[in-house]
Amino acid sequence: MKRAGFVNRWLPMLLLAPQLVIIAIFFYWPAAHALHSSFFLQDPFGFGSTFVGWENYTDLAGNSEYRRIAWFTVLFTCLVTFFSLALALLLAVKADKVIRGARTYRTLIMWVYAVAPPVAGFIGVIMFNQSWGPLTRVFEYFGHDMTLGVNYNDTAFAMVLVSIWKQVPVNFIFFLSGLQSIPKSIREAALIDNRSASGRFWDVTFPLLAPTGFFLLIINITYALFDTFGVIDTLVKGEPGNNPMTLVYKVYVDGFRGNDLGGSSAQSVILMVLVLILTVVQFRLVERRIHYT
Amino acid sequence: MTEANPAAMAATAATPATRHRRRLRSGDILDHAVLIAGALFMLLPLLMVLQMTTVPDVEVIKTGPTLTIGDQLDENFEKAMFEASGFSGENTGVRMLINSFILGIGFAVGKIVIGMMAAYAIVYFRLRFATLAFWIIFTTLLLPLEVRILPSYEVVQKLGMLNSFQGLIIPLIASATATFFFRQFFRSVPEELVEAARIDGAGPVKFFIDILVPLSKTMVAAMFIIMFVYGWNQYLWPTMITTDEDMFTLVRGIKQITQVMEGNRIPEYGRANLLAIIAIVPPVFVVIFFQSWFVKGLTESDK
Repeated sequence: MKRAGFVNRWLPMLLLAPQLVIIAIFFYWPAAHALHSSFFLQDPFGFGSTFVGWENYTDLAGNSEYRRIAWFTVLFTCLVTFFSLALALLLAVKADKVIRGARTYRTLIMWVYAVAPPVAGFIGVIMFNQSWGPLTRVFEYFGHDMTLGVNYNDTAFAMVLVSIWKQVPVNFIFFLSGLQSIPKSIREAALIDNRSASGRFWDVTFPLLAPTGFFLLIINITYALFDTFGVIDTLVKGEPGNNPMTLVYKVYVDGFRGNDLGGSSAQSVILMVLVLILTVVQFRLVERRIHYT
Repeated sequence: MTEANPAAMAATAATPATRHRRRLRSGDILDHAVLIAGALFMLLPLLMVLQMTTVPDVEVIKTGPTLTIGDQLDENFEKAMFEASGFSGENTGVRMLINSFILGIGFAVGKIVIGMMAAYAIVYFRLRFATLAFWIIFTTLLLPLEVRILPSYEVVQKLGMLNSFQGLIIPLIASATATFFFRQFFRSVPEELVEAARIDGAGPVKFFIDILVPLSKTMVAAMFIIMFVYGWNQYLWPTMITTDEDMFTLVRGIKQITQVMEGNRIPEYGRANLLAIIAIVPPVFVVIFFQSWFVKGLTESDK
């Protein structure tokens, strides 16, 4: 609050009212509802529900399919996060270094930020088309018959690739702005001390980028967990079948297709706890980031 | 924001002779090669999809993307924009485009207006329950819509807002990203400003409209770009809330487009690809043309 704030009884309340009403109805009510119904077993025909305590949760823990999906989600998140960060860092370092065409390169790389995940998934479907997709042909050349939506591993590969493609621009923008905020004096000092470019990068630039990197790590994990829904939904063409899926997609499939409200709510609550932990870590990092710069 | 490494810039600017020598260094060539490869990785898929919108569907089935540019763009455009793909005959490309704009702009404007108002109340007023309000609002940053999607759907259903723009837009606004962003910005506005305004006898409403809003112009623009793209690209929420085909947005319709494309005897690749391009163009346009605002907004808001 500002020291010289206004004193007024009704105006601030009036200003806050729209925001508070919207989040009460569309945030707190649903969140409480999810928590509540995760302890109940819903009748499949909609006639009431019975209290089952932690049963929905223990069921999940014992469910081998759920465990398999959780395992895939972890693997998927690691792959997407690592490769999109690494690729973006490489491109950002090069884009920061070149003199000619720096702006053009920046534009050519960052435009994908504005592509919606399901549209990215659609482009993936085109690229991996069974009979003429360019990427299918590349695999054919190496003697592998790529079948998107049929073979588990092929579909998983396409999901990871498309998700990386979609995420590189965000990381690129953050890394580039992080690189450009490194003071000129530090760069010049490093130039005198260390003649090898790669030595300069690992000893000086990389540690200075670490706060940005940590922050992006959380952003990327959140992206891989939640925002890839559209990519997955279009790549499996709405038919989960034998295809790999992430935990968020499973919540949707169980709740909407399977009508297992209790189980789906329990899954939601597990994800909520996961996001809560990630966000707390993120807030800590944001604070640290401010101290760094 | 500088465009290039200042040290390298100084080295290049030295003399024409050194500049010439620098340009031929193998390291520079490698840098450009990496960047060109990166740009191609991002760009090639789009170019292939673009090429396929210009040739007849039969040719796509035979050869896939090629290097030739055909003459079918007009025809595909006509089909994509004015012919409906669903059963009701209502989801033409034009309809979906309009819906996408309503969602993108409605979401961005709603979020900015509500966020600015709340942030103003929190930062500039002496309020007994300010801390409480702050925490109530900022807890919403913790849980994205995706994890509370089912109960949110039930609430909207109970309120009878399915298949309406209110039901589409308002629940998406129930998160505090814009409020948080404007709170940070308002706190960086010098204290003297509000003191001077009060000495001059300006009330809170006058101060907000005449001083604070004009001061936040750049911030509003940056927020608008980010929120417009975010709203335009929404997928899961519209998929659940809108079942009437005349309410579909372009991004919401993409799955149906894929299914229609696969279901036909001769898949309509030209039309499907063109609709995907149309779904991409407006947000990409906004991001590219307002690049500096957008980058500033993105990197300074920290989510």
